[in-house]
Amino acid sequence: MPSPRYWREIPNRYRLEASRCCGCGRVSYPPRRVCPSCGAQDWKATHLSPHGKVVTSTVVHVPPTDFLMEAPYAMAVVETPEGARLMVQVVDCDPDDVKPGTEVTLEFRLIRKEGLSGILCYGHKAVPV
Amino acid sequence: MREVAIVAAGMTRFGELWQSSLRDLFVEAALEALSGAETDHVDGIYVGNMSGGQFVGQEHLGPLMADYLGMAGVAATRVESACASGGMALRAAFFDVASGASDLVLAAGLEKMNDGADVTAVLASAADQETEAYHGITFPGLYAMIARAHMEEYGTTDEDLAAVSVKNHAHGALNPKAQFRRKVTAEEVMNSSLVAAPLRLLHCSPVSDGAAAVLLCPLDRAKEFTDRPVRIMGTGAATGSMALADRQDPAFLDAVSLSAGRAYKMAGIKPSDVDVAEVHDCFSIAEICVTEAMCIVDRGKGGEAARSGFTSLGGKLPVNTSGGLKSKGHPVGATGIAQTIEIFEQLRGESGDRQVKDAHIGLAQNMGGSGASSVVHVFQRV
Repeated sequence: MPSPRYWREIPNRYRLEASRCCGCGRVSYPPRRVCPSCGAQDWKATHLSPHGKVVTSTVVHVPPTDFLMEAPYAMAVVETPEGARLMVQVVDCDPDDVKPGTEVTLEFRLIRKEGLSGILCYGHKAVPV
Repeated sequence: MREVAIVAAGMTRFGELWQSSLRDLFVEAALEALSGAETDHVDGIYVGNMSGGQFVGQEHLGPLMADYLGMAGVAATRVESACASGGMALRAAFFDVASGASDLVLAAGLEKMNDGADVTAVLASAADQETEAYHGITFPGLYAMIARAHMEEYGTTDEDLAAVSVKNHAHGALNPKAQFRRKVTAEEVMNSSLVAAPLRLLHCSPVSDGAAAVLLCPLDRAKEFTDRPVRIMGTGAATGSMALADRQDPAFLDAVSLSAGRAYKMAGIKPSDVDVAEVHDCFSIAEICVTEAMCIVDRGKGGEAARSGFTSLGGKLPVNTSGGLKSKGHPVGATGIAQTIEIFEQLRGESGDRQVKDAHIGLAQNMGGSGASSVVHVFQRV
């Protein structure tokens, strides 16, 4: 991923910055100018709590090239207490134990590397409680 | 709007076609369609293609394909909606003819996936790059999450998922154009290697090369080109949340439901009026969710429909008589047109061993990404 593109995403990837719609209260992650629920364009910046519950999950056995060394690994859609949902890798556990309902914390981790000489790309991964 | 008919079709075999380039595939399918209608000109060409740019480094497919068909000068453009590109190309061609702007239009779909590209990475570009692909999710992974949500919500089982693959391979075994012309057993499916749990290799459509093309004209001119035209009764398209995480119910495909509702309304039919259907079974769970979202079966009953024979050849509503994406193959941009051709042939009584008796109304549903776009067409024997 080219570095300028990565740099733009830092606020939400590093700090879990999100937006709360002033119309209906829906929390969007990453932040959005237009609320996908009610269409309102007024919003306030907020942060996601660094924990949540697995909505659905899988264990990836055939990974993209960049994740070859990590397979098999668990991926999950996690819902935070704010009602926002995000796609994350679930680590530090047996991947087969990650199931809908599993409680997790969101931790700041290395996500991927831009090849051998590129930047290191960070974000959040989930760890079962 | 004018009534529109399909009058001819052409399609390559689907598979690993190492000897053919992207343009070779298009020309083969297009020439077959043109010769079927005994015509040597068209007013426009729509080329459905997901990612010529990433698969073979070739963009700008409209003029390239027109040129190699010996038709430089004709209006031609590419239509893209990931794996729904073919269906969306058909929809664009339909409106071109229906509006009165053009009389004879070729709707094609093509993809060359076996040319050395990192297929998993290319396909992942149909997911949300910033919030999904970045974290290492793959397309089988996204559909595996849909499957797990469906299992959680409705009690769908591994046997249900396997039943879809078994059924579609049984159909594909009868299709000379299919990539995998062989049956599989439920045991083989459930013992195949894991790709993204709970999905296994034999739940997944393959990596394929292929092209397909159909020729459209106003219904009142159709008899100039064929004795057995097929009318396009309705078209419906819709979008849904791009990222799976943004869907309130990950086991329900909103875009499919919306697109089907629009197509049914335009066609003036109910789901129960359909005699034969091709739906987007890129993974076994997709057929289950799509048939539910289209109201072909009740919610949560998609797996049972495959197990009970309801959606098999000889059943009440045969689904994916071509073998589906699973067995016929899935050259992503070609799929929507290939589905259309299966229904075209079914309604003309040309499907041989796969023929559904007395098929009058058929439909084709084509989907992009993890269900973020969907397009449905309803067809009628004239």
